[in-house]
Amino acid sequence: MNAAPLTAEVAVPLIPGIPRPKSAGPSTIGAPTIEKETQAEEELDLPWHVVVHNDPVNLMSYVTMVFQRVFGYPRDKAERHMLEVHHKGRSILWSGMQERAELYVQQLHGYLLLATIEKVS
Amino acid sequence: MEIRRRKNQIEISELDPFLAELLRQIPASGNTEGAPAAEQRIFSLPVNGKETELCAEWKMYVEPELRRLFQTATQTVGADLEQLNGNEESLANRTLRIPTKHADAWLSALNQARLVITAKNNFTELELSDHLRSPIGSRRDLSLFQVNLYGFLQEFILRELDC
Repeated sequence: MNAAPLTAEVAVPLIPGIPRPKSAGPSTIGAPTIEKETQAEEELDLPWHVVVHNDPVNLMSYVTMVFQRVFGYPRDKAERHMLEVHHKGRSILWSGMQERAELYVQQLHGYLLLATIEKVS
Repeated sequence: MEIRRRKNQIEISELDPFLAELLRQIPASGNTEGAPAAEQRIFSLPVNGKETELCAEWKMYVEPELRRLFQTATQTVGADLEQLNGNEESLANRTLRIPTKHADAWLSALNQARLVITAKNNFTELELSDHLRSPIGSRRDLSLFQVNLYGFLQEFILRELDC
């Protein structure tokens, strides 16, 4: 069985649809150190959970609706999380970057749910 | 009291003066003024730990937005409730019509009211699940009845949104 060569050189245009100019030499754009720094920042930002806590006042049907609206979850997934909140006291609804996690929590507070963000330990 | 969907409206009919008065109290019931426990619940912090910087930013930027959001919902509900304004006699068997486009505002205002009443009275989970508690013999019983009535309305609105 033959595998395709992994190191084939392909002439990739700089902008799709526009041919690469003949004078253009090897690209030096995107110094690797900058890219690595950006990646490192993102990695630092990654481990945050959006947690919803149990609240005896909010109706189960209401909480399910909020999960569907805020996270776009299908009904069965939203209900599973709602039941986890109800029985276990909390549920992790989403994990990812801090900024987005804060936005989700803001939306959840807008629906008057008890929600927090937690950094993964 | 009867509640049903009619085209683009939710209609609550045969409202006796007592229930009409409880509905009229929705906007005021959601007011957290003078009730630190209620204020703390409605404007809870986004972290449990010691993220003081995040909490400070939250208080400065997010909380005012949330206040505006809740206030807008309450104002919408207040405007709808003007249908119930009048003297005692005219309140007899009144009908309240809620446009379905106001459903979200009603869900929010009802939720605010339920959370604030619960926080002010420090209701336990057991009390909140005791839907058959009667008769209304105290201010506390009345508040619990209010929470349940508003919850019933929320359930109906949610069911209609689901259709």
